[in-house]
Amino acid sequence: MFIYIDILLRLALWLLLAPLLPGVINKVKAWVGGRQGPPVLQLYYDLARLWRKGVVVSTLASPGFIIAPAIAWTAVVAAALLLPLAGAGAALSFDGDVLLLVYLLALARFCTAWGAMETGSAFEGMGAAREVSFAVLAEIGIITAVLTLVVQSGSIALSSMFEPLPGPGAALLAVGLFIILLAENCRVPFDDPNTHLELTMIHEVMVLDHSGPPLAMILHGAAVKLMLFSVFLAQAVLPLSELPLLISLAALAGSVLLITVAVGLVESLTARLAFKRVPLLLTIGFLFCLFPLILTWMGDL
Amino acid sequence: MNAYLLIILPLTGAVLAALWPHKDTRPLFLPAVGLTHTLLCLLLLVRPVAVDPSAWLAFDPLARAILPGVSLLFLVCACYAVGYLRHKEQDNRVFVPALLLVLGLLSAGHQARHLGILWIATEAVTLACVPLIHFNGTPRSFEATWKYLLVGGTGIALSLLGSICLGYASLHGGGSGDITFTALLAQGASLSRAWVLTAWVLLLVGYGTKMGLAPMHTWKPDAYGESPGIVGALLAGGVTSVAFMALLRIKSVVEAAGQGVVASRTLLAIGLFSTLVAALFLLRTRDFKRMLAYSSIEHMGILCIATSLGGPGAWAALFHVWSNGLTKGALFLSAGNLQRAAGSSSIDEVRGMSTIMPRSALLLVTGMFAITACPPFAPFFSELLIIRTGFAAGQGWAIGLFLACLLLAFFGLSRIVFAVVDGRPKLKATKRTRLRESAGLILPPLILLCASLWIGLFTPDILKDAWSAAVLQLFPQP
Amino acid sequence: MNDTLSLLIGLAMGLNLLALGTSRLPVLIRAVAAQGVLLGLLPLVLEAHALDWRLILITLATVAGKGLLIPYMLIRAMRAAGIARELEPFIGYIPSLLLGAGGTIAAVALIRYLPLLPEHAGTLHVPGAMALILTGFILLIGRTKAISQVCGYLILENGIYLAGLLLIRSTPILVEFGILLDVTVGIFVIGIIVDRIQRAFDSLDTRKLTALHE
Repeated sequence: MFIYIDILLRLALWLLLAPLLPGVINKVKAWVGGRQGPPVLQLYYDLARLWRKGVVVSTLASPGFIIAPAIAWTAVVAAALLLPLAGAGAALSFDGDVLLLVYLLALARFCTAWGAMETGSAFEGMGAAREVSFAVLAEIGIITAVLTLVVQSGSIALSSMFEPLPGPGAALLAVGLFIILLAENCRVPFDDPNTHLELTMIHEVMVLDHSGPPLAMILHGAAVKLMLFSVFLAQAVLPLSELPLLISLAALAGSVLLITVAVGLVESLTARLAFKRVPLLLTIGFLFCLFPLILTWMGDL
Repeated sequence: MNAYLLIILPLTGAVLAALWPHKDTRPLFLPAVGLTHTLLCLLLLVRPVAVDPSAWLAFDPLARAILPGVSLLFLVCACYAVGYLRHKEQDNRVFVPALLLVLGLLSAGHQARHLGILWIATEAVTLACVPLIHFNGTPRSFEATWKYLLVGGTGIALSLLGSICLGYASLHGGGSGDITFTALLAQGASLSRAWVLTAWVLLLVGYGTKMGLAPMHTWKPDAYGESPGIVGALLAGGVTSVAFMALLRIKSVVEAAGQGVVASRTLLAIGLFSTLVAALFLLRTRDFKRMLAYSSIEHMGILCIATSLGGPGAWAALFHVWSNGLTKGALFLSAGNLQRAAGSSSIDEVRGMSTIMPRSALLLVTGMFAITACPPFAPFFSELLIIRTGFAAGQGWAIGLFLACLLLAFFGLSRIVFAVVDGRPKLKATKRTRLRESAGLILPPLILLCASLWIGLFTPDILKDAWSAAVLQLFPQP
Repeated sequence: MNDTLSLLIGLAMGLNLLALGTSRLPVLIRAVAAQGVLLGLLPLVLEAHALDWRLILITLATVAGKGLLIPYMLIRAMRAAGIARELEPFIGYIPSLLLGAGGTIAAVALIRYLPLLPEHAGTLHVPGAMALILTGFILLIGRTKAISQVCGYLILENGIYLAGLLLIRSTPILVEFGILLDVTVGIFVIGIIVDRIQRAFDSLDTRKLTALHE
C-alpha cells in the first residue's frame, strides 16, 4: 500500500513542479535582458488554457496524430518516475532500469517525430529529420555518461548508480551532461524555443500543427524532460544520496534550480549556432562525457 | 681551442660584416673569413690535435674527415659571391652575415660531440639559411622559404624529441642522462632498448628531413630552385653534411646499444627509397635547378645506403661526401650562371645556352657527367667503392636496385642538361644577356671540378688516413 | 606534487581539444598561450624541493615567451592580415577533434606499456607530451591558414618541451636554455615570414602557395 502512495506522491511532484522550470528560465532571460518578463507560472496558465481548447486535425492525419503525443508524454513521465530522488531513492528499481530510461526517452522522441510526420507537411518532416539526426549524436553522449556511472559504481540499477566521480572527472561529466541537456531539450545554442523562423527551427517545427490538449501534453512533456535531465545531472555529479533525507532533497531542488538558471543564462548570453556547427558542439559534449569514462576505466593512473 | 676558433672566427666575421657600412666592400668579408677558415682547417687536417673525450666541441677525427671539404666549398662559393653580389641591387647587409653565420654554425655542428649542441647548431643553421633562401624576394622565393621553414622546423623539432628520447634511454638504462656521444657510447648495451629505437626513428626522420631524404624531401626542390646558386651549393654540400654527420654519430650509438642491424636496415630502406624517388622525379622535372635538388636527394640516399653497409661502407660514404659536395658545388655555380644569363631555370624557356654562355655550359655538362658517376671524376670512384662494398656485404639485390636508379638518374639529368645547352637560343634570352663570362664566374666552378677530379684520381693519403680514423672512431670494432 | 602535475598537464591536454575544435583564430592563439603558461609553470612543480634562480629564470622565460610574446606577435599578424577564422580546413573540425581525442586516450591508455622510470610512471607526463605532439601534427597538417599552422607548430614544441622536462634533473641547464632560445627565435622568424607572406599574397592562406610543384 505504501508503495502506491509513494509513487503517487512522486508523480504529483514531477507533474506539478516541472512546468516551473521553463518559467524560471524565461524569468532569468527577462532579468538579464532588463525586462519584466512573463510570470514564473505562465506555463501553468498556458497548459490550463490549452486543455480547455478543441483540437484541429488535418484531414490527412491518422489517429496517430493524437496518440503520438500521448505516448510521448507517458514515456517521459514514466522515465522520470524511474529516476531516484537523492536521499529518497527510487520508487521502482530493478537491474537495468537505466536502459529502460534511455529507451523510454528514445520512444518519446520517436513519437514526437511520428506525430510531426502525421501532418503530411514537408516542413514538419524536415524538423523531424533535423531532430532525429542531432539526437543520434546526443544519445551517444548520454550513453557514454551512463556508462561512466555504471563503471564507477559497478551497478546497472539507477537507484545505486549515482556514485559521483572524484575531482576532475565529475567536472568534465558535468560540462558534458549540461551540453547534452541543452541539446536534448532544444535550448539555445542548439535550437531556439522562441523562434518561428522556418530556417532555424528544429523542435518547434514538429509541434507547429498541434493544438489543444495534445499541444499541452507536448509542452508539459518537454518541461518534465528538462527537469528529468536536471535531476540526472545533479545526482551524477554531486554526492547527494549520502546526505540525510530532507537536506538531500533540498540540495537536489537547489541544484536543479541552479541548472535552470544556468540554462537561462546560456540562452541570454549566447546566440544560436549555425546548423553545420551543431554536430561539432555535440561532439565536444560527447568528448566531455568520454574522458571521465576513460578516467574511471583506468582507475587512478 | 682550435675547435672554438673555427666557430668564433666566422661568427665574429658575421658581426663585423653586419656592422660594416659599405655595401660594395662588405662581400670581401666572405673570401677573407673563408680563406682563414680553410687554412685553419687544413692545418688541423695535417696536424691533428689530441681530443679531450669529454669535450662538447672538438675537432675530432670525424670532424677532421668532413669539415675541411665543407670549408673548401665555402671558400670557393665565397669567391663566387663577391662577383655575384656586385651585380645585385639588393642590400647584402643580411645576406653576407647570414652566410658567415652558416659557416660558423656548420663548423659547430660538425664538431659537436654533445647531442644538445649538435641540435642547437642544426636548428641555428636552419634559421640562418632563411634569409639566404629568401634573398631574391620574389613571391616564389617566399613560398619556398615558407615550405622550407615549416618542413625543416618540424624535422628539427622531431630530432630534438629524438635527442630527448636518447637521453631518457640513458636514464632508464641506469645512466646519468649525459648525452655526449662519448658517454652514450660508453654506456653502450645498457641503454634502454625501446627508447633507443624510438630515438633512432625520430632522429632519422628529423635529421633525414634536413638531409632531404624521401619522403621528407619536399622542401628541397623549392628551396634549391628559388635560392641563389651559392646558397644551393652550400645547402647541398654543407648543411646536408652536418645532418649526415649527425646520423653517423647517432648510428654509432645505436650500434653500441646493440641495435645496429635495425639501424642498418632502416638506413638501407630509406636510402634506396630516396634514390628511387629522386630518380623518378628527375625524369619528370622541367627545371634545371630543381633537377639539382633531386640529384642531391639521390646522393643523400646513396650516403645512407653506404652507411648501412658497416665500417667499410662508412669509409666510402665519407669519400662520397667529399666527391658529392665538390661536384655539386660546381654544378650549382655553373647552373647559377646559366640562370642569371637566361633569367629563368625552366627548360621550356632556356635553350641553346652553349652559344650564349659557352664556358658555363661546358662546365655544366662536365659537372653533369661527373655527378652521374662517369669516370674519371670523384663520384665514380666513391660510388664504385660503395658498390663493391655492397657486393662484399652480400647486398646484391639492393645494389642492383641502386644501379638501376643511377641509370634512371643519368637519363633524367642528361635529358635536362642537353635540353638547356643544345638548340637555338630563344630570342628573349639573346636580348637580355649582358652577363659576361668573366673569371669570377668561371673559375670557382672550374676549381671545384678540378678538385673533384683530383680527389678521384689521386686521393691524398692524408684524406684516406682521416677517413680511416673517423671510421675507427665510429665503429671501434672492425 | 603528482596531483598538481597531472592537473596542469590535464588542463593543457584539454586546451588541445579546444585548439582542435575552434575555428576562431583568437581562441586558438589564446589556447596555445594558456597552454604555454601552464607548461611553463611545470619546472616549479617538478623541482619544488630544489628551487634555485636558474629554474625560476627558465620558468619566467618560458612563460613570457610562450605565454605573452609569441601570442602577441601572432595576434598582431592576425590583425594585420584581417582574418579571424579558419574557414575550410583540410581536416574538418569534428574529424580532427575525434582524432585528437582518440590519440589522447590512446596515449593515456598506453602508459602502462611504456618502459618508464618509477617517478614518471604514475603521472600524465609522458601521455601529455604524446598528446600534445599529436595535436600539433593534426593542426600542422589539417589547417590551411598560416597562423593556424604556426599554432600547431607551437603545440608541437610545447609537447617536446614537456618531454624534455623528463630530463630536467640530468641535462645541464645550459642546453635547456639554448633550446628555449632557439624555439623562440624559430617562431620569431616564422612570424616574420607570416608577415611577409601576407604582404606578398594579401592573405595567409597557404593553399595559394602552389606555384612550385612538378
